[in-house]
Amino acid sequence: MKFLVCISNVPDTTTKISFTPDNKEFNKAGVQFVINPWDEYALTRAIELKEAAGSGTVTVLNVGEADTEPNIRKALAIGADDAIRVNAAPQDAYFVAEQIAAVAKEGAYDVILMGKESIDYNGFQVHGMVGVLLGIPTVAPAMKLDLAGNTATLEREIEGGKEIVQVNTPFVASCQQPMCEPRIPNMRGIMTARTKPLKVVPAVGEPARTQVAEFALPPKKQGVKLIDAENAGELIKLLRNEAKVI
Amino acid sequence: MSVLVVVECDKGEVKKSSLEVATYGAQVAAQLGTTATAIAVGEASEASLAKLGEQGIAKVLYDREPRLKDFVNNAYTKLIATAAGQEQAKIIVLANSNIGAAVGSRLSVRLRASLATNVVELPKTDGGRFVVKRGAFSGKAFSDVVLSGERKIIAVKKNSIEAQHDAGKTAEVAAFAAQLADADFADAPQQVVMQEQTGGVLLPEAELVVSGGRGMKGPENWHLIEDLAKALHAGTACSKPVSDVDWRPHHEHVGQTGITISPNLYIACGISGAIQHLAGVNSSKVIVVINKDPEAPFFKAADYGIVGDVFDVLPKLTAAVKALN
Ligand SMILES: Cc1cc2nc3c(=O)[nH]c(=O)nc-3n(C[C@H](O)[C@H](O)[C@H](O)COP(=O)(O)OP(=O)(O)OC[C@H]3O[C@@H](n4cnc5c(N)ncnc54)[C@H](O)[C@@H]3O)c2cc1C
Ligand SMILES: Cc1cc2nc3c(=O)[nH]c(=O)nc-3n(C[C@H](O)[C@H](O)[C@H](O)COP(=O)(O)OP(=O)(O)OC[C@H]3O[C@@H](n4cnc5c(N)ncnc54)[C@H](O)[C@@H]3O)c2cc1C
Repeated sequence: MKFLVCISNVPDTTTKISFTPDNKEFNKAGVQFVINPWDEYALTRAIELKEAAGSGTVTVLNVGEADTEPNIRKALAIGADDAIRVNAAPQDAYFVAEQIAAVAKEGAYDVILMGKESIDYNGFQVHGMVGVLLGIPTVAPAMKLDLAGNTATLEREIEGGKEIVQVNTPFVASCQQPMCEPRIPNMRGIMTARTKPLKVVPAVGEPARTQVAEFALPPKKQGVKLIDAENAGELIKLLRNEAKVI
Repeated sequence: MSVLVVVECDKGEVKKSSLEVATYGAQVAAQLGTTATAIAVGEASEASLAKLGEQGIAKVLYDREPRLKDFVNNAYTKLIATAAGQEQAKIIVLANSNIGAAVGSRLSVRLRASLATNVVELPKTDGGRFVVKRGAFSGKAFSDVVLSGERKIIAVKKNSIEAQHDAGKTAEVAAFAAQLADADFADAPQQVVMQEQTGGVLLPEAELVVSGGRGMKGPENWHLIEDLAKALHAGTACSKPVSDVDWRPHHEHVGQTGITISPNLYIACGISGAIQHLAGVNSSKVIVVINKDPEAPFFKAADYGIVGDVFDVLPKLTAAVKALN
C-alpha cells in the first residue's frame, strides 16, 4: 500500500496573529511554524497502517517554499519514508489541490491522507478538490480509518453523529481526532530523517481563483463586567435586560 | 442568472443554519438585481420549504429521490451542479457545515468556480470586484478574499448572519429531478449513527452554549453544566483536555483544534482561557466567564465574569434562569 500524506506548514497554535502594516500579509517575524496539528493524525495513522500491514511506504508531501523543510524533516523523523516538496508558495486551496493531484497521479498512491483543515486558512477544501481532480472518493472529516485489503472503513463526522463509510482504494480522507495518538519524533527517527530522500519538484497547473485582499483582527472586547459570586443571579438579569441574549 | 442557495433539511424542517444561508443568498441576489432559488437536500416537507419565502427565496427545487435523504457526497454534488446548470446560477451559497463545505469544494472543481468557506459577511461588490470576508487563523483573524472566477461558491459560517423572517411570504416549491444513477450513490454511508445531544441542541447550531473545562473536576459534575444548558435551551461544549480524557465526547471540543463556534452567548465554566481555546470561541457575541482565579486569562476576553467556585455559582445561575422563565 502506498500512502501519501499531505502536510501543511502553519503557525504554532500559541501564535499571536499579526499582519504587515498594510494588512496585506501575515507577519511571519518571530513565528514558529509547525506541522498542521490535524495533519499529524494523518501522518501517524498512515505509519500505523503501514506497520500493521508489514509492508508499504509513507510519502509526505508539502506544497511550499524551502522554509517548510524543517517540518518535512520532522515528518520523516516521525516515521515517513520519503518526502516530496512542490516548490511554490501555496496561493490558494485550488492551487494546492492541483499540485497534490499531480503528485498523487504520478506516484499512483493508494491512500491519500490529509488533515481536516489547515489552522491558518481554515479552508476545509483541499481534500474535496483533490478527490474530484483524481476522480476518486473523499471522506472528510474522518475520525476513524481501518484498512482490510483494498477496502477502507471510515467513520465520518456529521453534525450530531457519525456515518460509517466504506470505500475502495484509491481514496482521499481527511483526518481528525480521535483517530490515533499523534507520534512525536524520537532520537533514532531524527538521526535517520537526515538521510531520507526529499525530492523537490516544480509546480504545475492554472493560476489561483481567489486572492486575499486584506486581513483584519477581531474587534477588542470592552472589558469585563464583574458580578459578585454571592449575587450570581444578577448575571442572568444582565444577560436578559442588558446584553439581550437570553 | 440567479443565485442558488443550498438548503439542508432534517426531519422535515429546514436547519437553522440554512435559514441563515437562504437569507444570505436572497440578499446577494438583491445586491445583484436578481432572484434567489433554493435547492433542498435531506428530508424536507413541502410546507417548510414554502416558508423559505420568509427568507426571501423565490423558488425551491426539491428532488424526491429517497436516497437523497442522507448525505452522499457524489450525489449531492451532482444534484446541485444540475440545479446550478438549470438555473444558470453563477453564485452558489451553502452552509459552512460538514455537508456544505464538503460539497462546496467538489462543486468548485466541477464548475471551475472560486470558492470561499467560513464566510461571515455579505459580499462587497463595488468597483467590479467581488470580495467576501472570511474567518482565518482559526478564529484569530479575518481575511477579505477576492473571488475572481466567473462562478463563485460561498460557504457561510453558522450564526454569522441573522436569518430574516418576513412572515407570510411563501416560495414556489418546484419538482426537480437530477436523474441520479446508482453510480452516484456509490459512496453512500453503510450506516448513520446519531448521538444524543444535551437537551437536543446541536452544538454547531446552538445560539447559546454552556461550556466546561478542567475546573469542573470530573465527568460526574457535568450535570451542573447540563442543568444550566437545559434551562437556557443551550448546547454544551468543553475544552480540549476534557475531551482528551473522555469526560466529554470529542464533538464538544471547541478551539483551534476542535470546532470554532460563534453563538450569541458562551458561558465558560472552569476554563482558563488558553489562546487555543479562545480562538474557537472569541467570535461569540457575549462571553461569560466563571472561574475561581481572578487572574485567569479568560477574563480578558469576557464581557461578564464571576470570580467564584463553579460548584457554588452554577446552581445559582440555573435557579435564576428557572425563576425568569
Ligand atoms: C506565504 C504564504 C501565503 C499564503 N497566502 C495564501 C492566500 O493568500 N490565500 C490562501 O487561500 N492561501 C494562502 N496560503 C496557503 C495556505 O497556507 C494553504 O496552503 C492553502 O490555502 C490551503 O489552505 P486551506 O485552508 O484551504 O486548506 P484545507 O483545505 O483546510 O487543508 C486540508 C488539508 O490539506 C492539506 N494541505 C493544505 N495545504 C497544504 C500544503 N500547502 N501542502 C500540502 N498539503 C496541504 C493538509 O493536509 C490540510 O490539513 C499561503 C501560504 C503561505 C506560506
Ligand atoms: C497544539 C495544541 C492545540 C490545542 N487546541 C486546543 C483547543 O482546540 N481547545 C482547547 O480548549 N484547548 C486546546 N489546547 C490546550 C490549551 O493550551 C489548554 O491547555 C486548555 O485549553 C486548558 O483547558 P482548561 O481551561 O479546561 O484547563 P486549565 O487550563 O487547567 O484550566 C482550568 C481552570 O479552571 C479553574 N478552576 C479550577 N477549579 C475551579 C472551580 N472550582 N471553580 C471555578 N474555576 C475553577 C482554574 O482556575 C483554571 O483557570 C491546545 C494545546 C495545544 C498544544
